[in-house]
Amino acid sequence: MMGTAFYIAAFIAILATVMVITRYNIMHALLYLVVSLLAVAVVLYLYGAPFMAALEVIVYAGAIMVLLIFFVMMLNLGKESAAQEKLWLKPRIWIFPSLLCIILLGELVFLVLQNHQPVSEVKMVNPKEVGIALFGPYIMAVELTGMLLMAGIVGAYHLGRQKEKTLHRFLENDQS
Amino acid sequence: MFPALIPLIPFISALLLMAGWKRFSRIGVTVTGCGSIGLAAVIAIIIAMQFSANGEQAIVQHAGNWLEAGGFKTGFDFRMDALSVVFVLVITIVGFLIHVYASGYMHDEPDYARFFACMNLFVGAMLTLVMADNLLLLYLGWEGVGLCSYLLIGFWYKDPANGYAARKAFIVTRVGDTAMAIALFMLFQYTGTLSIPGILENSTHVWSVNDGMITVIALLLLGGAVGKSAQLPLQIWLPDAMAGPTPVSALIHAATMVTAGVYLIARTHTLFELAPAAQTITAVIGAVTLILAGFSALVQTDIKRVLAYSTVSQIGYMFLALGCGAWSAAVFHFVTHAFFKALLFMAAGAIIVALHHEQDMFKMGGLKNRLRGVYWVFLIGCASLAAIPFVTAGFYSKDQIIWLSWSAAGGHVGLWLAALLGALLTGMYTFRMFFLVFYGEEKTKVHHQPGNSMMIPLYILAVLSTVAGFIELPHTMGHVTLFSNWLQPVLPAVSVLHESLAMEWTSQALSALLALSGIGLAYAWVVKHPKGMSDFLEMPAIMWLRGYWSRGWDFDELYNVLLVRPFVYLSRINRRDLIDTLYTGLGAFMEWCHNVLARTQSGLLRWYILSVVLGAVAILSVLIWRIYL
Amino acid sequence: MIVHPTTAGMLLAGVLFVLGLISILVRRDIIFMLLSVEIMLNAAGLAFVVASSHWGTADGQVMFIFILAMAAAEVSVGLALILQLYHQLKTLDSDEAAKMNG
Repeated sequence: MMGTAFYIAAFIAILATVMVITRYNIMHALLYLVVSLLAVAVVLYLYGAPFMAALEVIVYAGAIMVLLIFFVMMLNLGKESAAQEKLWLKPRIWIFPSLLCIILLGELVFLVLQNHQPVSEVKMVNPKEVGIALFGPYIMAVELTGMLLMAGIVGAYHLGRQKEKTLHRFLENDQS
Repeated sequence: MFPALIPLIPFISALLLMAGWKRFSRIGVTVTGCGSIGLAAVIAIIIAMQFSANGEQAIVQHAGNWLEAGGFKTGFDFRMDALSVVFVLVITIVGFLIHVYASGYMHDEPDYARFFACMNLFVGAMLTLVMADNLLLLYLGWEGVGLCSYLLIGFWYKDPANGYAARKAFIVTRVGDTAMAIALFMLFQYTGTLSIPGILENSTHVWSVNDGMITVIALLLLGGAVGKSAQLPLQIWLPDAMAGPTPVSALIHAATMVTAGVYLIARTHTLFELAPAAQTITAVIGAVTLILAGFSALVQTDIKRVLAYSTVSQIGYMFLALGCGAWSAAVFHFVTHAFFKALLFMAAGAIIVALHHEQDMFKMGGLKNRLRGVYWVFLIGCASLAAIPFVTAGFYSKDQIIWLSWSAAGGHVGLWLAALLGALLTGMYTFRMFFLVFYGEEKTKVHHQPGNSMMIPLYILAVLSTVAGFIELPHTMGHVTLFSNWLQPVLPAVSVLHESLAMEWTSQALSALLALSGIGLAYAWVVKHPKGMSDFLEMPAIMWLRGYWSRGWDFDELYNVLLVRPFVYLSRINRRDLIDTLYTGLGAFMEWCHNVLARTQSGLLRWYILSVVLGAVAILSVLIWRIYL
Repeated sequence: MIVHPTTAGMLLAGVLFVLGLISILVRRDIIFMLLSVEIMLNAAGLAFVVASSHWGTADGQVMFIFILAMAAAEVSVGLALILQLYHQLKTLDSDEAAKMNG
């Protein structure tokens, strides 16, 4: 039954996300996020989008998260970072943002619950239809996305490069 | 000949002297400054002769348009009729003599050119005033006179006291000027014209006698006259105006400025005839002023202040005459007064210069043999001021006023008694001054004798102070009416109620007797019994009275308490400018908003996200509220 | 009570989004903030797919793909920026980057 599977996956997704936002150690948080993403992939599959579920697993959980994990490992953020995080995340700090976000959630829920349409089955959308739409009416957006990715690559390369330290010749002697 | 030339020449000369004061040599300044007034005097005499030969009512010259807006039109119209001819002649001739005298008096002054520029401007403005054919041009001259008095009283501006005196003169006369400006507006509104003949002609159609509105207008005009002529409520500026150089005092007192009020009332006499109440007030102001100023003059120690108070007192006589309806008597007294007061001031100036700028009479004395020439001309001036019978001009003019203050239609016994008391006081204070200066022991050495340029004008004025009286003699003595006949076309003859030769004789005898007894008292006081008198004068009550009088009846203090202090107090309360707080408050509010908003730009990423969330919550709230609730 | 599938999916997406939002508000560590952005993007993508299945059209899934591509680009650029920041300031505290008041 789709309902049960959905509720289990949704529960895991929410639980894993709550774990993500409460962790002090970044590594743990990332791994919980991977769990959360996988649960969301299940939900996507249940909503009749198997191709999207696959992309979620491959691109999000696979590529992006792995990129983040490697990045964190590269910076070598260990116990100090976790201690710092613990110091910053005092319970007091949570109160106001949570209150604000609960109001926002309340409004979202209220808006979503305005849907009074009769219960119907989810509709399956084939990957083929997606492909046709993507390279049909949305072709221009696809081109733009390509440009965006290109810019991301160039930007990442440019920003990530370690610049050589250049000092003014008058200051060179003072550096010791 | 063009009447417009008379004020124009002094103006041009003043402009030349102002613009090119560095290029002029000292002689050049003297020639330009005195010559312009002399030329104006010559032109004035020629026009006067033409005028009397033609027998015309008036010569009017339209010298150009000034303002033209819609139906309103006013121009530089100069008018010569009997009244302005008298004033113009006195102003130019006496003014010329004063200028000549000033060239000697101010010989060592570094700002020689500036002095003559201001003097010329002063005379030009006064000539504009008396020759104006419309009230707006008259007002221009009126204000010009006020400005020049400010410039000249504060001529030695480096001493703050002089600047103070100049400001005081300017501000006090401004009170009167404002009243006059309002009167002008009202006259224009009701009569529809600013031309003086037009107003005088229309006024009799517009208003009936004793109309409320015309009384108000007449009182406002009187306010203006009182301010310029230093009469009762506004007399306080004149004694302080002595701060200026002596020729300036002579010019202000004799030829220009203070007589403007007399001229204004004489010129608008029709309006005052329509408002008998205002006319009575004029007479009362004149009578009260002449007595108060007489008492003040009696106790002054500064020779110039005695003369200043005597001017206030004598102008009081003129106002008294105007108030009684004796128009030509007032103008006659103006003429004789101009001669002898100019003479007295300039002689006093000669004494002051001779004694190293000493003005305290108690430090003078015994000058009779040291300054022979000045002694004689000063004696003639004093005699004329004190109205010694038969030989002086002052006697004839003042005697006429005293007699008319009782016998004329607007006269009253009280006014007559006041005038008689004034005669006694005049005799006393004049000769107290005279004896103090020229008799007794010598206290200050004479340091140099006045030169010819100073003495010759004095001799001329001495002659004029004597013979000018013979153009108008009373019924009892020859009955010559040259002067009042001359003024007949402009100023109506006085209507005499009590035509009685015996009474007139009595009045004349009384006034002569009082003047002579005043002189006798002064002689006894100063020369004969200085010891006994000083004992009397040292008594506490008398001392207090003397102090009170010498401060001019404490009018300065009264105005300080009534006006100046409350004003200063109010402005101190309003130091922050209450009305302005609204605008500065607006600015401060904006600045406060700026500070608040600037603080939101902290650079803290979380703060920005929080604002975004707050915005989202707010927008969603509004959306839900509008659509679903 | 049977919940409409679209409603349920949308509620899940909303909850995930708000959790990410809370995280981004309370965290100071800049990597955690990037992580929270990923959570929120993912929640938005989920909402698109749910909508797509509700209408039975492909547009929502197309949008999901775009979000995916955008997230990938964002993460790469964001990580490069964080790297620079870390080299310059020797910390990952986002408040330290407030010096420019930008």
